[in-house]
Amino acid sequence: MMEKITVLLVDDEKDFLSTMAKRLGKRGLNPLRAETGEAAIDLLKHQPVDVVVLDVKMPGMDGIATLREIKKIDPLIEVIMLTGHASVEAAIQGMELGAFDYLMKPTEIDELCYKLEDAYRKKNLQEQKIRQMERQWK
Amino acid sequence: MIRDATKAINQPYYRSLTRNIILIIIFVTFTPGALVMGVIWEEYNVAYTEKVFSHLRELVQKHRQNIDSFLQEKLADIQLIVSNLNFEKLRDERRLGILFQSAQALYGQVFVDLGLVDDKGMQAAYVGPFKLEKANYADAKWFREAIASEFYISDVFLGLRGHPHFVVAVRHQWQGRFWILRATINFEAFNTVVTNLRVGKTGIAFLLNRNGEFQTKKPEGVELDEVAYGNFFKNADVMENDISYVESRDHKGEKHIYLGALLNNGNWLLVFRQNYDDALADLIGFQKITVIISLLGGLAIVVMAYFLSRRMVNRIARADREKEMMNQQVIETGKLASIGELAAGIAHEINNPVAIMVEEAGWIQDLLEEEEFGRSENLEEFQRALNQINTQGKRCKEITHKLLSFARKTDSRVQNVEINTLIEDILGLSYQRAKYMNVAIHTHFGEDLPQVKMSPSEMQQVLLNMINNALDVMEKKGGTLDISTALEDDHVTIEIADNGPGIHPDHLPRVFDPFFTTKPVGKGTGLGLSICYGIINKMGGNIDVKSAIDVGTVFKIKIPVPFETGVQ
Repeated sequence: MMEKITVLLVDDEKDFLSTMAKRLGKRGLNPLRAETGEAAIDLLKHQPVDVVVLDVKMPGMDGIATLREIKKIDPLIEVIMLTGHASVEAAIQGMELGAFDYLMKPTEIDELCYKLEDAYRKKNLQEQKIRQMERQWK
Repeated sequence: MIRDATKAINQPYYRSLTRNIILIIIFVTFTPGALVMGVIWEEYNVAYTEKVFSHLRELVQKHRQNIDSFLQEKLADIQLIVSNLNFEKLRDERRLGILFQSAQALYGQVFVDLGLVDDKGMQAAYVGPFKLEKANYADAKWFREAIASEFYISDVFLGLRGHPHFVVAVRHQWQGRFWILRATINFEAFNTVVTNLRVGKTGIAFLLNRNGEFQTKKPEGVELDEVAYGNFFKNADVMENDISYVESRDHKGEKHIYLGALLNNGNWLLVFRQNYDDALADLIGFQKITVIISLLGGLAIVVMAYFLSRRMVNRIARADREKEMMNQQVIETGKLASIGELAAGIAHEINNPVAIMVEEAGWIQDLLEEEEFGRSENLEEFQRALNQINTQGKRCKEITHKLLSFARKTDSRVQNVEINTLIEDILGLSYQRAKYMNVAIHTHFGEDLPQVKMSPSEMQQVLLNMINNALDVMEKKGGTLDISTALEDDHVTIEIADNGPGIHPDHLPRVFDPFFTTKPVGKGTGLGLSICYGIINKMGGNIDVKSAIDVGTVFKIKIPVPFETGVQ
């Protein structure tokens, strides 16, 4: 991995969150954690993040609402939705709102890693495009 | 179904419903009918009675005139003789005899005899069949009354001859002395004149004098009581020229009508008597026919009301049952839906802990890859155990996902469905149960089946129900469940065959009836197959069943393939 991808994990299950973070950390990523949608938004305002892994079903602000807020802060941040089977519709709705992809719980860690890398690559590509355009305009 | 409906009609609710409908029909049809009938009946009675009575009145009136003119005629005959011939001439019995013979020749046997009586009551001359020459009438009532007036018609009396008769007498003067010419009227002839009025079977006429004595032969069966008789004269006196009318019952209790008319200067009363029923025989006949028609009509209405209401209530009972069935179906679907939601919730809740467990195992696997554990003797064992946790975690995931996909939507939206895939999904839920029951499930899927338009969740319900039923019957002994699909003409068929105990032939025609179950109370609602039947019917398909005791049962579902998706 060329750079450290900064990943924000958002899930109301604390145990899931910590294990997932540890495992991603071990695979050379830089995982951040938030237990609620609100906390995630807060964190994003202060810290640059590359990819957000977002649980659809959460108490309080749910995945869809959080996704909307994230895209308001920075449309370039890629979001991967994480769902139980029952909320596939919500995940699809998320895709319409600009999420990168969705995965079903429990997820294979390697699959998640691939998706994260894909998302990061897409984000980088888009940033480069924007930079190029900015240069042309100058 | 029909048998059930007839059973239902005996329930108190339907019985009272039937009764009420019958009563309402009868009331509504009878009341106006009875009113109209009553009015017509009454009006007709009055009109007809009036007609009969006015006819009788006229008859009596005419008859009175006839009798009166008969009497007047006889009187006039005598008067004619008297005015032409004086006492002297009439005393000659030969001349009187000629007169008598010519009178008889003219009027038949009306005159019985002729007698010339002087003012002392001595009969001066006589012609006739009786030996009455020189008879003395000085004390006879008729003589005293006849000598006192110009002419006179006597009541009927026996007189010297001992026969009932009456006399017509005319007084005249000769040489300052009164004399009388009297004629005896043939009682039989007069009787015929009076009584030849016969109306109906019982209509007869007779004469009474003021003392209530019969002036004609007393008709058989006529007994006059004083009251009735008194009434005649009282009424008749008041009405003078008119006809009096009295109704009365005789000693046998039969009702008679009496019409009375005065004649002979008010001395006699002509009475017409007829049995009331006889007088109104036509009316009574008409009444009888009317009553019979009304009774038959009424009976027809009652019978019609009975059968009509029974049929109606049967329909209502059937509709009620269908409604109840629908309600049950709705409840059942609702139950399934809520169970589905519950299952979805549970599956979802289980997903999270399973995810954590799998993650934790993965974390341990990650850690095991570090150098320090590399030399551990049990490394392989650890890895095997963790792999096992992973595998079992995935299995859990598969189960919950299946459960979720089954329970997610119990909607009836129609989609294109691959039958084979659908069956496989459902069998996924049943394999475990079948294994515990020692039931082997074999599938024989037809290839290249076209997609069928249906609601997948409804079809799932049907198949799950049938598979569960099949498993239930094989619970004790185990067996084989064969599920095969095929394309037959324009139908996709699904056969679900078990080799369980089979369905008793008596039960076979009823398996699709709602609430029919052979399961013990509380175990089955008896709705499962009936709901299946309803669902498949709605899709335009059908289910039939074949069964043999101790061999097994085959349910065959046929679902039509729509043309547009037909065989490719």
